[in-house]
Amino acid sequence: MAKSTRRQQLEAVALYPVDWLEERSGLVGYTKWFLFRKVPHDISWAQTLGAATLTAFIVQAVTGVVLAFYYKPDPASAYASVQNITEEVTLGWLVRGMHKWGASVFIILMFFHMARTFLFGAYKYPRELNWIIGVLLLALGMLEGFTGYLLPWDNTAYWATVVGINLNATAPFAGPFLAQFLQGGLDIGPDTLAKFYALHMLLIPGAIMALIGLHLYLVVRLGVTSPPWSSSAAGRPRPETDGSRQGLIREPGTPASDGGQE
Amino acid sequence: MSDREQHTPPLPAPSLWPIGFAIGLACVLVGLVVSTAALVIGLVVTLVFGGLWVRDLAGKRPPAVAAAPKPAMATEADLNATTDRATFLSLATVGVGGLIGAGVTLPALGFGVLPSFVGDRVETKEVDLGPISNFPEGQYVIATYLEDPDLGEVTRRTAFVRNNGRTEAGEPSFTTIFSRCVHLGCPVQPNGPIDEEARQEVNGVELRPVLAASFGCPCHGGLYDSEGNRTAGPPVRSLDRYEFSIRNGNLILGRLFSVGDVDGTGAKARISKYYRAYPGVHVDGIEKWLYPIPTPGSTS
Repeated sequence: MAKSTRRQQLEAVALYPVDWLEERSGLVGYTKWFLFRKVPHDISWAQTLGAATLTAFIVQAVTGVVLAFYYKPDPASAYASVQNITEEVTLGWLVRGMHKWGASVFIILMFFHMARTFLFGAYKYPRELNWIIGVLLLALGMLEGFTGYLLPWDNTAYWATVVGINLNATAPFAGPFLAQFLQGGLDIGPDTLAKFYALHMLLIPGAIMALIGLHLYLVVRLGVTSPPWSSSAAGRPRPETDGSRQGLIREPGTPASDGGQE
Repeated sequence: MSDREQHTPPLPAPSLWPIGFAIGLACVLVGLVVSTAALVIGLVVTLVFGGLWVRDLAGKRPPAVAAAPKPAMATEADLNATTDRATFLSLATVGVGGLIGAGVTLPALGFGVLPSFVGDRVETKEVDLGPISNFPEGQYVIATYLEDPDLGEVTRRTAFVRNNGRTEAGEPSFTTIFSRCVHLGCPVQPNGPIDEEARQEVNGVELRPVLAASFGCPCHGGLYDSEGNRTAGPPVRSLDRYEFSIRNGNLILGRLFSVGDVDGTGAKARISKYYRAYPGVHVDGIEKWLYPIPTPGSTS
């Protein structure tokens, strides 16, 4: 039939770029593997906290990049540049507000996400490594908060950072060296601000992005956990492992309650 | 070699070396806290027993391996005794790549870390507070100055200076307190009215007399008496002080040092002096031994 042929032609035209990309990169397959996967039937909003945290981080990254257009990490002009962002730059107050309050949202969501993981027992075998990566992400998120707090360069920022650095200095053995590195000398000086800025916008976010990539890879690979009250997850024996991947693959006929392992 | 053989390795005979190793480690940990001598002894014990343990473990392996090769393989093994091309190239790539990586990373790492520990950022700068006649006897003066005017406002520091007259030996005596709280480094404030009318500026140093009977920290409520001894709150020692000297009638502030406590007042005060430690660090008493934190540059 002509209609059906036309439809097929249209489909072929529409899919051509997708096929072109897939043939040359395999990216479409990877995207499908990443996005369209089996999840337990009884998941709820609780399992969206991780995605919410990721969203909060993306908001921080995007607003941070825009703020960096106008921020000057120099003791003489930092405070004035933040005032400029807040008072003068069009919608600067909004972007700075998103970044400032989004920072708290990010930390709070990380804790909620962590609590969900803990209470659902989702840190257990075989997801221990993802819990460890999550803890590293929490620590890096805190470091982002610590380094970002200094950047407005007002009195609160300055003295809070003095206190924070001196807290670090009381750690046994490594503490004083860590403090001296952060200060860039024996006391907070002209280099401290630029150092904190570089850590805040380059080093730590880079590490966070890399770890988020690993975190997500493991989520996709290991699947989403059923809630502890799930009937389909109950009573499944721990697979035998003898060092090979054999034991990790689901036996035919057993329910795919754990998100599937294929 | 079959899987079964791999899964049943010969059980190592019980060895006493791990126990010695553990004792050595314990000695290291105790030594870190107590003394360098114990640390060294612990390290030696750890290394000796660790080495013996490793040798013991390594010595047990050869029998298992020796049993595996078949006689027919021996000639072929002899032929392959030299490194083959692929292995050599892999090793060479890793080695050369590692060298290039180190060549790029180490200078960058040094550039990132070393300036915080060497150079003029860590040198003490002397500060000239001007003629000592500006400091009335028995009264604190808030002296605010730039430690390094080239670096600007970020190096602004505050000292509380009191002229105590003369000691019994007839030498001039000053109480020179650094304003940073020894809890976590917030700026301590003098509790008393500041005489703003008598404010003066002497070569870049702002001097304001104050009637201070005590000092208080706004951050976490630390309180100190007029000698800088802690009277309340979280601080763990007395306020840090400056070494001072008098040159051509001018008061010069020098190095900072930490104070365990101050006995007596004014010119008769006896100050227990220590290398400058970070805020929150005990410099004396049993706490120094329970929770030792080294200070960069100090030898105590």
